Amino acid sequence: MDKPGSTGFDGAPAVTLYDEELPPDNSYAFSPEDLEEDEMILNMGPQHPSTHGVLRVELKTDGEIVKDSRPHIGYLHRNFEKHAENIDYQGVIPFTDRMDYVGSMGNSLAYALTVEKLLGIGVGERVAGIRVITAELQRIASHLLAMGTYGMDIGAFTPFLLCFQQRERVLDLFEWLCGARLLYNYNWVGGVSHDLPEGWTDKCRRFLDEFVPVLDEVDKLLSHNKIFIRRTADIGIITPEMAKDYALSGPNLRGSGIDWDLRRDDPYLGYENYDFNVIVADSPHGPVGSCWDRYFVRVREMYESVKIVRQALDRLPAEGDVQENVPRFVRPLAGEAYCRSEAPRGELAFYIVAENKKPIPYRVKGRSPCFVAMGLFHEITRGEMIADIIAIIGSLDIVLGEIDR
Amino acid sequence: MITRFRQIEMRLMGPLTLIPIVLCLVVLGTIAALPMLAAVISELVGDFVPAGLQHLVVVVLGTAGFVGILALNPIYSIWLERKVAAHVQDRLGPMRVGWHGLLQSFADGVKLLFKEDLIPRDADRVLFRLAPMLAIASAFAAFAVVPWGVREDGVVLAVSNLNIGVLYFIAITSLGALAVLMAGWGSNNKYALYGGMRAAAQMVSYEIPTAILILVVVAQVGSLHIPDIVAAQSGGLLGVGDWLIFQLFPLNLIAFVLFFICGLAETNRTPFDIPEAESELVAGFHTEYSGMRFAFFFLAEYGNMLLVSMLAALLFLGGWVGPFGSNPLIFFLKGFGLVVVQMWLRWTLPRLRVDQLMGVCWKYVIPISFFLLIATTVIKGLM
Repeated sequence: MDKPGSTGFDGAPAVTLYDEELPPDNSYAFSPEDLEEDEMILNMGPQHPSTHGVLRVELKTDGEIVKDSRPHIGYLHRNFEKHAENIDYQGVIPFTDRMDYVGSMGNSLAYALTVEKLLGIGVGERVAGIRVITAELQRIASHLLAMGTYGMDIGAFTPFLLCFQQRERVLDLFEWLCGARLLYNYNWVGGVSHDLPEGWTDKCRRFLDEFVPVLDEVDKLLSHNKIFIRRTADIGIITPEMAKDYALSGPNLRGSGIDWDLRRDDPYLGYENYDFNVIVADSPHGPVGSCWDRYFVRVREMYESVKIVRQALDRLPAEGDVQENVPRFVRPLAGEAYCRSEAPRGELAFYIVAENKKPIPYRVKGRSPCFVAMGLFHEITRGEMIADIIAIIGSLDIVLGEIDR
Repeated sequence: MITRFRQIEMRLMGPLTLIPIVLCLVVLGTIAALPMLAAVISELVGDFVPAGLQHLVVVVLGTAGFVGILALNPIYSIWLERKVAAHVQDRLGPMRVGWHGLLQSFADGVKLLFKEDLIPRDADRVLFRLAPMLAIASAFAAFAVVPWGVREDGVVLAVSNLNIGVLYFIAITSLGALAVLMAGWGSNNKYALYGGMRAAAQMVSYEIPTAILILVVVAQVGSLHIPDIVAAQSGGLLGVGDWLIFQLFPLNLIAFVLFFICGLAETNRTPFDIPEAESELVAGFHTEYSGMRFAFFFLAEYGNMLLVSMLAALLFLGGWVGPFGSNPLIFFLKGFGLVVVQMWLRWTLPRLRVDQLMGVCWKYVIPISFFLLIATTVIKGLM
C-alpha cells in the first residue's frame, strides 16, 4: 500500500480505495440469517422496469408489506468529479450534461454559473434570457417525463405517451437550437453555444400555446383519477420537518408544504424580474407530503414555467452577441466558488476549488438533489406495500445519472 | 439495397394481406350462416356415415371449426387491442405488416414460435410446463357451453348443450387461477411467486361475486340452461326491450356492471391487472416464460376476455337476440363490443393496489351482489 511517493494532499497518507486483502463489507445489505419467519428479501433492480434507471433496492418483505428497504446506488457511477480534475474548465460541461440526463440544460447552467462566479464575469441580457428560456423548457420536458412515467408506475400507460409527445416537441426545439436532443453542451462559460435560430421564438410560442391544452387534458386524465388518488395520496409521507432535516429541495420539498424556491429566494439570471408563483402543495386528498402532492407540484410547476418562458420571450433583446463574454482562457485566481440553482429536480449546486492560474479545476463537487432525496428513502418506505415502493420512487423523481455521477 | 428489399417485401406483402381479410370474411360468413351450415353438415353426414356415428362426426367437425375460430380470436384481438391502444394514445399502431398491420399478429406469432424454449434451471419443470397448457385448456374448455345461436328447428349451436351450462362455466373458469398459481410457483422466481399469489387471491375472491351475480340471473329466469336464459330475453320493444339489463331497473343494470367488473378482475385486466403488474412485478406470473409458452398465456388471456364478454352478453344483453332478428353475428358483435370496452378501460385507468382490490371485492361488490340476489328474488316472488 505505502509505496514511496503515494502520499495524498498535504502529505497525508494516500487513501486506499480498494484492497484485495480486506474482506468485502456486506453490512449494509440485508443478510438472510437475520430474517424472521415469513420474511423474504426481494431484490428490486438494477434491472427493473420502474426503478427509473439502475437503482437497486433491497426489500425485506413480509408478504406484500415492506418491513425495511435498502437502496443500493452506484451502478451508473462514471467518475465525473475525478474526470473534472483532469480536464479544463470548459471541457467539464459535457460531463455535467450526463449527470441528470433528462435535465441537461439545468446541469450545464449550474456549472457555467459557478465558473462565472469564480471568474467574476457576468453575461449579457440576451444570454440570460436565452438561458432562462432553455432552463424553463427543460423543466417542462423533465416534469413531463416525471409525470408520464409516474402514471406508468401506477399502471396508466396512456398519459405517458401523451406527455412524451409534448416532451418530444421540446426536444425538437432544442435540436434546432444546438443540434442535440438530450446532451446539449449548450450553456458555455460566459455565454451559450448557439444563438437562437431565425423563427425559433415563433415556434417556441406556438409550442407553448398548444402545450397548455394538452397538459390540461393529461391532468384531467391522470391527476384527479379516483384510483390514482387512492394509490398515491396517503403513502410516502414526508412531513415538513423530515423534509427539512433531510435537506430535500425542489418539488420534493415544496410537495411537503415548504415554500422555498431558489428562483425566488436566491435569484440568478434575473429571475427576480419574472412574475411567477412558487407552487406549494396544498394536499386536498390527504396528509401533506404524500406522493400525490409531490407529483401535483410538478404538474402545476409546468404552468408556471410556461408563464416564465412567455415573459422571457417577450423581453428578449432582439440583437446581441451570445458569445461576447466567453473568455478565451479560463484561468481563475486561486479560490473557490459555490453556486446553487433550481434545476428541475431541486437544488443543484457545484463547488469548484481553483488553483492559481491553472486551466484545470483542482476539485469539482456536484450537490445532487436526487442523491439527497435518496437519503430518506428507507424512512418513507418502511411499512408500505410493494406497489407503493414503485409509487414512492416515482414520486421522488430520481435520475440515477445524477445520484451516481 | 434497402429500398430494393423493401420493394420485394411490399410485393410479397400485397397478396398476403388478402389472407386475413379473406379469413375474416370466411369466419364472419360462417358465423352468419351457422344455422344453415349445421343443417347442411348433418345432412351431408347423414348420407355417408352410419346412424350411430352421426352425432359423433357432427360434434368432431363442429369442435374442429370452433377451436379454429377460438385460435384465431386472440390473433385479431391482439391486433384490435393494439389499434384501440394506439388510437386512445393518439398514434397509429401497427401499420407495416399487411394492410393497417393486419398481419402483425401473425408475424409476432411466428416470432414467438421460433424463440428458444427456456426453462429456468431451478424451476419445477412439471409445473412450469403444465401451467400454460392448463391456462389455455381452461379458457377454451369454458367456451364449450357458450351457445352461439339457435336454429329454427330448435337445435342449439353449441359444442355441448349442457343443461347446467352456467354451473359448468363457474367450475371451469376456476381452473385458470390454478394455472397462474402453478406458473408462479413453478418458475422459482420471487416476482413470479408474488404474481401467482396475487392472482390466486384475486381470482378466488372475485369468483364469489361472479357466482352470486350469475345466480341473480338464474333466479329471475329460473334455469341454469343458457339457451333458456336467452330465450327468456327475446321479444319486447324492438327485440331489445326484454333484455335482462332493462328489467327491474336499475337492479339488473347494477348487476351487469358488477358482473363486468368481476369479469375484468377474473381475466386480470386493468384496473385489476395486479398479478402481472408490469411496473411492480416485472411481468408477474409469466416473468420466466418465453416463446410459445408465453404466447399460450396470452392466448388464454384473450380467450378469457372474449369468454366473460360473451357470457355478459348472454346473461344480460340478450345473447343473439337483437332488433333485426336473432343471429350468431349479433351475438358476436355484442361479445366483441364488450371486449373493446375492456381494452378501452385498460388504456385509460391506472391500476389498483392489491389491498384496495380485495377491499373493492369484499367491502362493496360481494355485499351489493348479495343484496341484488335477495332483492330480485323477493320481487320475482311477489310478482
